[in-house]
Amino acid sequence: MDSPLRLIPADPLDRLARTIEALLVVASTPLSVEDLAAAADDDPERVEDALRLVADRFAEDRSGIVLEHVAGGWAFRAGREEAGACARLFERPAQRNLSQAALETLAIIAYLGPCSRPDVARIRGVAADSAVANLLERGLIAEAGRDTAAGGAIRYRTTQLFERVFGLESLSELPRLDDVGADAAEIRDRLHAVAERRSA
Amino acid sequence: MIVRELELDLDAFEGPFDLLLALVLKEELDLRDVDLAGIVTAFLERLAEREELDLEACGEFLVLIASLLELKARGLFPDENAELAELEPEEAAEELARRLAEYRRAKEAAAWLRERLTTEGDRFFRLGPAPLAPKVSTQLAPQDPEALACVLQLLAKEPPEVSLSHMALRFPPVSEFLERFRALLRRRMKFDFETEVAELTRLEQASAFLALLELRRAGELAIDQAAPFAPIRVSRLGLEAPPAKPATPGQKTATPLAPLEENRDQEERTAAWTARSA
Repeated sequence: MDSPLRLIPADPLDRLARTIEALLVVASTPLSVEDLAAAADDDPERVEDALRLVADRFAEDRSGIVLEHVAGGWAFRAGREEAGACARLFERPAQRNLSQAALETLAIIAYLGPCSRPDVARIRGVAADSAVANLLERGLIAEAGRDTAAGGAIRYRTTQLFERVFGLESLSELPRLDDVGADAAEIRDRLHAVAERRSA
Repeated sequence: MIVRELELDLDAFEGPFDLLLALVLKEELDLRDVDLAGIVTAFLERLAEREELDLEACGEFLVLIASLLELKARGLFPDENAELAELEPEEAAEELARRLAEYRRAKEAAAWLRERLTTEGDRFFRLGPAPLAPKVSTQLAPQDPEALACVLQLLAKEPPEVSLSHMALRFPPVSEFLERFRALLRRRMKFDFETEVAELTRLEQASAFLALLELRRAGELAIDQAAPFAPIRVSRLGLEAPPAKPATPGQKTATPLAPLEENRDQEERTAAWTARSA
């Protein structure tokens, strides 16, 4: 005789969404779709579908926790409206008091990286040692092999933390700075002007 | 020690130091490929083999390695000013402009980052040290289970019990020796302390000596020693040898021996006691 009770299966996608929520709340770095799929033992396409569900639940203005796509993965962060409360309790050492030298160095490494200290020094015209050490300590850059050229200086690249701090999905989100040609021409003209004035 | 004959075994070069210098100077060997730290290590190893510090060799080596380091450093960091100086003024201006433009680009990028930091300043997120379990586990070399068992067995063995025997150290009673010396003096007019206690343990000797002093204090015997560390002569009171004339073999033979029979029992007991405590 059949039981009068019938188990109603929960929506399987909703089940997967819960697993993803669990994984993300434990994680302290963004998790890629592949990471999530491997941990949930499900296929990546369904994980992406489930992520949309999670993103809908954890959206700005709807929840204090917000799901975001950042640094090549998915992560929870605090809602922007809660930043004040967070700031009263938590410190953010990675981005506090970044000097101009550190920011320029960071920019060069973000755009041209992996690159070495001599590379940075060549562009900035001054030694980059302390700025690089500072960024390393903050965890915004990390070592990434050595120069293939003679000497083999250590090369650096920006980290996942860099992308998170600056809210970038990936480095390709950095704005293009391709008007250098115009810049170079303008600077050259000014140099010539200075040279002529001096010889006169 | 001759620095120039220092044998080197580096990736880029194998042979005496002298030859390396010659090849570098002829530019047949690129210094940038040479591991200078390796040369220093080789020299230090050679130096350590000797008993004495060869200052002359050290000095010579320092001069040579310093010049090599300078040469290598120059090779690694080309002189930018010289680069610019070689260019025609027009080209130099072009190069300078290019660099300034590049720097301006870096400044622009930095400015964008700073602005981004402001607009994204309300982002708070969880941070943690290396939260993910390492995906690639370190492979250990294959281990023999038998060997592991052997090592575990060694660890499982009970450690040897610590000896506490010295805690129970007891001095044999002085009174025992009092009796013994009295018996001896009844038998003999005099005896050598060392000879009597030669067979005893150090602790027993100490007790015996205390007994001797005790008897001396009580006036039962006289003690005589010709010189510091000379044999201690013990004699029945009144029959002391004159201090100026130390004991001689002649005197010893002249000394009448006390009869043995009445003391045999005592002697046996002492011997037994000695054996027990030994």
